[in-house]
Amino acid sequence: MSASSERVPRLLALVPYLLARPGIPLREVAADFEVPEKQLRKDLELLWMCGLPGYGPGDLIDLSFEGDTVTVGFDAGMSRPLRLTAAEATSLLVALRALSDTPGMLDAEAVQRAVAKIEAAVGQAQPAGVTVGLAIREAPETAKVRDALQDGVRRERALRLRYYTPSRDEITDRVVDPLRMLLVEGYSYLEAWCRAADGVRLFRLDRIDEVEVLDEPSAPPPHVRLTDTSEGLFPPDPSQRIAVLVLEPDARWVSEYYPVEDVVELGRGRARVMMRYTDLSWMARLTLGLGGDVHVEHPAELADEVVRQATEALRRAEHLPAT
Amino acid sequence: MSTPRAERLVNLVLCLLSTRQFLSAERIRGIVPGYADALSDEAFYRMFERDKTELRDLGVPLETGRTGSFETTDGYRIARRDYELGDIDLEPDEAAAVALAARLWDSPQFTGAAHGALIKLRAAGVDVDQDVRAAVEPKVRTSEPAFPSLLAAVQAGQVVEFDYRRLPATDVATRTIEPWGVVARRGRWYLVGHDRDRGATRCFRLSRVVGEVRTVGKPGVVDRPVDVDLLSFVATTQNDPQPSSPTRLWVAKGRAQGLRRRADVVGEQLLDGELGDLVEIELRFPDSAARWIAGFGPDVLVLEPEVLAKSVRERLLGALRSQRGAEVGS
Repeated sequence: MSASSERVPRLLALVPYLLARPGIPLREVAADFEVPEKQLRKDLELLWMCGLPGYGPGDLIDLSFEGDTVTVGFDAGMSRPLRLTAAEATSLLVALRALSDTPGMLDAEAVQRAVAKIEAAVGQAQPAGVTVGLAIREAPETAKVRDALQDGVRRERALRLRYYTPSRDEITDRVVDPLRMLLVEGYSYLEAWCRAADGVRLFRLDRIDEVEVLDEPSAPPPHVRLTDTSEGLFPPDPSQRIAVLVLEPDARWVSEYYPVEDVVELGRGRARVMMRYTDLSWMARLTLGLGGDVHVEHPAELADEVVRQATEALRRAEHLPAT
Repeated sequence: MSTPRAERLVNLVLCLLSTRQFLSAERIRGIVPGYADALSDEAFYRMFERDKTELRDLGVPLETGRTGSFETTDGYRIARRDYELGDIDLEPDEAAAVALAARLWDSPQFTGAAHGALIKLRAAGVDVDQDVRAAVEPKVRTSEPAFPSLLAAVQAGQVVEFDYRRLPATDVATRTIEPWGVVARRGRWYLVGHDRDRGATRCFRLSRVVGEVRTVGKPGVVDRPVDVDLLSFVATTQNDPQPSSPTRLWVAKGRAQGLRRRADVVGEQLLDGELGDLVEIELRFPDSAARWIAGFGPDVLVLEPEVLAKSVRERLLGALRSQRGAEVGS
């Protein structure tokens, strides 16, 4: 993307934007356009050189600065923004329709009014070719957890959670300061400051067994930063250990469900993949459960652990009373 | 000093917006500051072509035509009614919805576009507050490699061909599809369309598309039926699991927490010298129950039903066979 392909749309939008907001502080303009104030000043200086043919004093865009605020005196005929491109309209309308079809997300009626107004202004009716459904499958007990969490988030109260951590197969109680609720790739999460871990953590809702909304206010540290979701919630972590697995056709779903790397097709639906893991016991649980549909090529300690547990389980099962 | 390109482009837009007559390239060259920098005719035309392309890419509706029959070349102008965004006025709750919608995407195709849309709405005088709080913040990614080409084919109405792997995995097969739409459901992306070989509507998971998507034939040939709800169609292809009959398990004391949180303890039993709890559990996903239980190894044993005990045993035997077998070659 060239620099001007971002700058020109901003320049074309700035004049009508300022026209609608006389005397607006430059700081606010920069924030709305998501550019540094220095860049904004350069943009305004450039606009000052633009205008109508003739390009005399009365033809150029006129901006007046007072303190740290700016006002448009003459707009040179650029009083309205350029209409939305197809991609811009699609991105907004598809997202709005997704929100309106999801109960509890927002006031569905307000979303539909927004859709209608934007469609009317954009003057585009063709289907976008993209549909997003945000609804997820949720057990009844998770719905109760959600209600309690939302109450805590809304009232900004600390929460006591009973949480299941699959990597350690462990249930712990912890007090967290909630930040927001997320819905990403089919799962709901609470993002919160975990006081025990001294960091921001994501808690998947279907792993929360109990929620208690505390009387004390939510007090995350002021420097806390929300998780950047743009690369997914669980980007590859180089500190994790690596397993190399050969997946039989019946286990290929693993490479869709868990992040894997370096997929090598071995023919007839089999594949070799590299998968990262933190905890050996978790990885052993996954591999053991897959039975004959997976072969561990690396590490040896994982293969050994699977053999040890399978042997022990089969031996123990022989002691079961006959039914 | 030469005129910056951005300044030249803004002046070109202002100039063409202000004229009702079509202006020839030569006239524009004489009027708009910056084009005088071009030292030759060839340099000017190159510059002007590049500028026109850029403006069209930005969505500026450049009109070409001739004002009178005496003109010998096409000229240019911008019709204000085609250029300007229509009037729009959003109530605070509508603006909040728009703000939340604009940050839904974590997507190279849509994140920038949503931001561009927001800037234009703000320029139209709408106040859209970035910091609006939502009960839930949904995020949608479009990271599947096949996404951009399938979306482009849907929007262009062009037939596509791709290699596809069904699950349980088999060899890939080439499918030829008239694409109707890409659909996200429960965090997964699907393509819905008419499968030419099977002569029926089909749904394909994007993560199972292997390699490149190829377009077939010309754009504009796909007839998308207007009355098909793509999201509902995807839903009908996926069955929700049926709950199973009650299951009884032996669980070693203090072990298998992930299973215990879904189970009821109904007694205790000593087994092979190890004390464990007898639990009853309603299995939500019978298909994957044997895998789940086998994963706990010696910590969980199936008492009943017999069919589940048997498939857990098969998995454990399979694990032994697989890990002790020869190395797998490629």
